[in-house]
Amino acid sequence: MKLNDLIYQSGQWLKGTGPYSNIVMSSRIRLARNLLSVPFPNKAHKKDLVNVLSSVQEATKKIDYFKKSTLFQMNELDNIDRQFLIERHLMSHEHSSNTEGKALIISQEEILSVMINEEDHLRIQVMQSGLNLHETWKIIDMIDDNLSKILPFAFLQHWGYLTACPTNTGTAMRGSVMLHLPALVMTKQINKVLTAIAKLSFASRGFYGEGTQARGNFYQISNQVSLGHSEVDIIQNINGLIRQVIEQEEQARQALILQNKPMLEDKIFRSLGVLKNAHIISSQETIELLSLVRLGIDLGLVKNIDRCTMNELLILIQPAHLQKIEGRKLSASARDIRRASLIREKLGGV
Amino acid sequence: MICDLCGKKKATVHLTEIVDEQMLEMHLCEECAREKSVQMEQQFGLSDLLAGLADFGKQVKDYEKVKSVCPSCQLSYEDFKKFGRLGCSECYTAFQDQLGGLLKRIHGSNRHHGKSPGNVQVKSVKKTENIQDLKQQLQQAIEQEHFEQAAELRDKIRALETKRKEDNK
Repeated sequence: MKLNDLIYQSGQWLKGTGPYSNIVMSSRIRLARNLLSVPFPNKAHKKDLVNVLSSVQEATKKIDYFKKSTLFQMNELDNIDRQFLIERHLMSHEHSSNTEGKALIISQEEILSVMINEEDHLRIQVMQSGLNLHETWKIIDMIDDNLSKILPFAFLQHWGYLTACPTNTGTAMRGSVMLHLPALVMTKQINKVLTAIAKLSFASRGFYGEGTQARGNFYQISNQVSLGHSEVDIIQNINGLIRQVIEQEEQARQALILQNKPMLEDKIFRSLGVLKNAHIISSQETIELLSLVRLGIDLGLVKNIDRCTMNELLILIQPAHLQKIEGRKLSASARDIRRASLIREKLGGV
Repeated sequence: MICDLCGKKKATVHLTEIVDEQMLEMHLCEECAREKSVQMEQQFGLSDLLAGLADFGKQVKDYEKVKSVCPSCQLSYEDFKKFGRLGCSECYTAFQDQLGGLLKRIHGSNRHHGKSPGNVQVKSVKKTENIQDLKQQLQQAIEQEHFEQAAELRDKIRALETKRKEDNK
């Protein structure tokens, strides 16, 4: 697989299927692992990083699951390529700077990605569509078991897996669920929900990852605590919390319809109208309009457009994606024009 | 030009943010701009937080500070407090007294209950894994509405947990 092949496909996690996919966009689990007797990346010398990279590469050759995956060395990619991978949720911002010894493994359907030499030697990530943390755990657990048969992971019986940052020590697991909560935002209940989530030691952030504002009513909720509970217990806790948030969102959606359906329909169809007809559009405006149209699809008001198209657009309208599609660098204003034409192509506009 | 955030008022503030060499332009009205600047001021790093937590513990005397250096990667505990990152797995042993308290403050516990790598054979952990497997099966049985199977699994988990408690007494 070449990096450019990714432009013409979309990750399995964007299919818009799976349990509660009207509200839950995707489920993701990541595990952090470090090799015994090698300094963590922040203290490692170039030689150490190169050794880690080749050990991981050798190990993956012996594991079936990695047969259809590809490894990309960060220092062989340009800025737009690296930004493109971040936009696809396959790696972090941190992974794109100081690229010495850093690499990324991606499986064919973008279900699995492994960052090598980010904050920890390995950051393994598995993503699935809908609320599917158990299935996600099964896949990542199997991959981790296979890797641990070959690679000696740093582990202490009483503290679990050892990581560069003590906030990850223990299971070194972060489970996240991406939710679309437009009705809770419109009914001004979202802050109440987010405060409750924070009180329960869960983190919430935006669609575009760590440090980003929630945009387009997308919220990512994940566990903060990684030590003291088993992986399955953590997953059950997240699931329990997410189910409650889903229920709140569903109630808010029903309330919106009961209170003023014409107003809601007007908002949704005006958004669709702008998306289908605009010739210049910023990413901020696009995301907000896509969110409303997606709500329309979920409520059965908008027909002939599927959720998958909405999910794909959320990824495709980002700067590096537009530039990869176009095959050259685009200025911000040129991107606004290209973005509008891309949306019109996808939605069959004028 | 209309504000990018509220979409209502006239944009008078033009903000350029550079995130990973990517320039983002925003056109905002005065009110939204004020809100945005407050949010930006509030953003601070995890290392700031960690440093605060790490300081929270008992006062370390000067002569102890000198000793707190990891023999393997030479990271000092002072540097860890500054940057919030440990240097290698040996740091966990070198700073175990300080880290025990810190982990408890972060996670509310300092005892691992999750899986272990395939190459580590630990008896007590094996037992935990077994219960975890059963819990996972139970969750799936409930989701698939196989309630008889779920009841059997629930009883098995209860029995194992009671036995584990007795073993630990």
